[in-house]
Amino acid sequence: MELKMFILVLGLLVGSGSPDIGPNQGKCSDSLDPGPQNQGNHTLTPHSKKNFPVLSFGYDHVRLPFEISLWVLLASLMKLGFHMMPRLSSIVPESCLLIVVGLLVGGLMKLVAEVPPVLESKIFFLYLLPPIILDAGYFMPIRQFTENLGTILMFAVVGTLWNAFFVGGLLYGVCQFEGHRLVNVDLLSCLLFGSIISAVDPVAVLAVFEEIHINELLHILVFGESLLNDAVTVVLYHLFEEFSSVGTITVMDVFLGVVCFLVVSLGGIVVGAIYGLLAAFTSRFTSHTRVIEPLFVFVYSYMAYLSAEVFHLSGIMALIACGAVTRPYVEANISHKSHTTIKYFLKMWSSVSETLIFIFLGVSTVAGPHEWNWIFVVATLILCLVARVLGVVGLTFVINKFRIVKLTSKDQFIIAYGGLRGAIAFSLVYLLNTDHFPKRNMFLTAIITVIFFTVFVQGMTIRPLVDLLAVKKKQETKRSINEEIHTQFLDHLLTGIEGICGHYGHHHWKDKLNRFNKKYVKKCLIAGERSKEPQLIAFYHKMEMKQAIELVESGGGSKLPSAVPSTVSMQNIQPKKPPQDRALPQLSKAREEEIRKILRTNLQKTRQRLRSYNRHTLIADPYEDGWNEILIKRKRMMELEKKISQMNNYLTVPAPAPDSPTIARARLASDPQAWGLKSLTESIPTIKVDLASPQSPESFNMVDEIGKKGSQPKVSEEEDGLTMKVPSTTKLRKDKTANEDDDKEPQQRLMRCLSDPGPAGEEDDEDEPFLH
Amino acid sequence: MGTSQSGPVHRFQDLAHKTGFSIEEIKTLNTRFLYLTQDEDTLRREHLANVSDLALNPIRRQIIEAFFDKRNMGEKERGCLQEIGFEEFVTVLSFFRPPKPHTADEEMKNIKKEKLRFLFNMHDTDNDGIITLDEYRCVVEELLSSYEIIGAETAKAITDAAMLEVANVTVGQMAPDEFYEGITFEQFMQILKDVEIETKMNIHFWNLDTMTVQCGK
Repeated sequence: MELKMFILVLGLLVGSGSPDIGPNQGKCSDSLDPGPQNQGNHTLTPHSKKNFPVLSFGYDHVRLPFEISLWVLLASLMKLGFHMMPRLSSIVPESCLLIVVGLLVGGLMKLVAEVPPVLESKIFFLYLLPPIILDAGYFMPIRQFTENLGTILMFAVVGTLWNAFFVGGLLYGVCQFEGHRLVNVDLLSCLLFGSIISAVDPVAVLAVFEEIHINELLHILVFGESLLNDAVTVVLYHLFEEFSSVGTITVMDVFLGVVCFLVVSLGGIVVGAIYGLLAAFTSRFTSHTRVIEPLFVFVYSYMAYLSAEVFHLSGIMALIACGAVTRPYVEANISHKSHTTIKYFLKMWSSVSETLIFIFLGVSTVAGPHEWNWIFVVATLILCLVARVLGVVGLTFVINKFRIVKLTSKDQFIIAYGGLRGAIAFSLVYLLNTDHFPKRNMFLTAIITVIFFTVFVQGMTIRPLVDLLAVKKKQETKRSINEEIHTQFLDHLLTGIEGICGHYGHHHWKDKLNRFNKKYVKKCLIAGERSKEPQLIAFYHKMEMKQAIELVESGGGSKLPSAVPSTVSMQNIQPKKPPQDRALPQLSKAREEEIRKILRTNLQKTRQRLRSYNRHTLIADPYEDGWNEILIKRKRMMELEKKISQMNNYLTVPAPAPDSPTIARARLASDPQAWGLKSLTESIPTIKVDLASPQSPESFNMVDEIGKKGSQPKVSEEEDGLTMKVPSTTKLRKDKTANEDDDKEPQQRLMRCLSDPGPAGEEDDEDEPFLH
Repeated sequence: MGTSQSGPVHRFQDLAHKTGFSIEEIKTLNTRFLYLTQDEDTLRREHLANVSDLALNPIRRQIIEAFFDKRNMGEKERGCLQEIGFEEFVTVLSFFRPPKPHTADEEMKNIKKEKLRFLFNMHDTDNDGIITLDEYRCVVEELLSSYEIIGAETAKAITDAAMLEVANVTVGQMAPDEFYEGITFEQFMQILKDVEIETKMNIHFWNLDTMTVQCGK
């Protein structure tokens, strides 16, 4: 409340420009009135000359942003600090530590006799919650979500309803029994309390589950439930709040409540989808203003949230829908750097938000008005746990009849145990009107206790329990192209079989949706040629890009990340050709023509390619160490690059699979210019060009070809010179030159992102390729 | 069906026992079979090609072939049949039956192996037990066939990348002049071990449309 007053006051301050309005009379603010006022000397005669104030103190007008920044800084420093204590952070989840910090800070503030700020519901719902939800929605694994949608909805809707009524009803019973202090807690209040406390909280679930790396199915079930139950909570909350002022419920009201639920949830989704499509459509035209692309995503999503909140629809579902709808189209349109920016900004904001929320929870605990009632609190706690367990077990029994992959009892236990409560419940209780709910403080205390219990006890013990029960953990494997091919193949296969059996199931509708998407939606929302790009090719692009980035970044000298050291290369795969002598091979006319054509079509587009690729042509043999040599090589390559940059007709060579180090060697084969300096490279000791040397003569041929042709580069008609492989009569060279030549965009993307080594080429969280 | 009343029921029970479907499911499948063949006894390729939903499927040719592939009938022979009866129809469809709950791990592994074998047979069109580069390229081309603007090089590039990956993962060390023949079944199982075939390659066998369009899952 103090904060609110200060906001108002400061607003007046700055607006009026008069420094005297405000509670702090003792301080001077000189920035608005640098005239006669100075150094606390209030009795001035207007004609005496005073010294110009060199240094003065004016805190008030920066107070608000200053305090906000201090809090954010505190939160971030705490986060830093925890990770410096690895032992502590492996036992205690971060959320617990943050709450403890909040408690300490709150205690400190109380000691200093200043009123600690409480977690304002407005601040929470408008500023702290949206980033977390948007982050979750944007990176939602859509495939798993839709596959388990039925289960998730059951848990979210039916489970929450069950919890609410069970807890509320039984609490009312307890209150009646208890007598004297609690007897005036009426049924509606209890039901309202039950509905608030029964909702699983996405922030807490994210915070805890993120660290235990549980398998994807369980993660999506609990997490999806925590997101979708927002609609139920909103409806129940408003329902009971309305009724508590009216006093009686009729059947009509119940019916209206059901209708309201449908409106709230579907309305929220529709609002989110509309904004998502708008954002996708806008991103189609941003090819000339790349810098503000991330802004569109953020602002449209935030507007979706706010618009839904205007109509009391479910803001969380709107945000999720917006993020999920936006992503496949926006990612096909925006530059690579924007993509990275969006990802990192979302992660940053959601991380800071989460930290702040937990700290404020701790502070609010110290600050908030409490009313402790043993029976009520203990009863609440027990009932919550019991309700959760019963709900999960009962629902799973029903759900398993319809699922192909049944949920085992281990799964059920984790789902039940992972039902954490968090700050949303707290804020909702905080919003309650004390007139209608005289026992609000008691509710607050009870909720805080439940939250503390779930976060501390359940949060801390879930990790050892997961290990103890040997629950399947998340697979950390990289998506391989074989898996992608076969996933697609399976999709089509299952759709086909369903068609033969006449069964209009999951795959059938998914296929229909995909076809609709491809035919109409993508054309509108995705710019240029990428709208026609099949998913497999988009995936292939993405993979190549990733490999390229990884190689560039590790290209300096460290060993290539190689899961399986292997010496397999392209030539092992190609059908055997008769062995040729390793002198200059004679290319047939047809071959020459092919090479020429390919070169021509690719030369223009590759003008601005990554010269930095040349760096990793000299990657040391991973089985050697020689740092010095590597450094020398690097220096030489820099010189090479400078020379190469004068010639701008060469082909660059993005990296092939990173786990074949031999391929990384001697990729000079594709770089005609570099061959001019062949002697230079050969003098470098650790280059093993044994595998590359056979190709040098061939490349010389290419150089001649280029020289001869004096290339008139004409733009290729082919839309997808995806891979430029110079066909060879001898062995194929080991590396593929993948030129994404669809349009300038990916190329520019490549250029930009590789010229500035950004964040480490870590595995993307998303498991969907750029195009849906 | 022209035979005595006890005949089909007995047949169904045998089939149920062999393939693991329930009697109800077999009956429904039988109705569907008769719908597809328009009341004839055997199913031919044209009957399957007439299914409207398959027309838009990029891999319809391979799906139809799979029904007529002798290797999927549980026999040791190779080659194709020209027409199949109801038993073969159900046998092929049994590859897509979801595993019963509380199946033991060993049994699950067998089921997974069988499903992967079915997939392998679909790719290995010349019956030599190995998926060569060309066969794999056909697969990729078919997958991309619904998009008009794909050049041959794209499919080739993707196939090459995929084969390289398989070779990397399964064989590892190869000398420069060794030749990697193709993907054997063991290697196929190895690269797809993370895809969880036994849970993904299933469809529900109730609510089959036998006469009119019915929605539902």
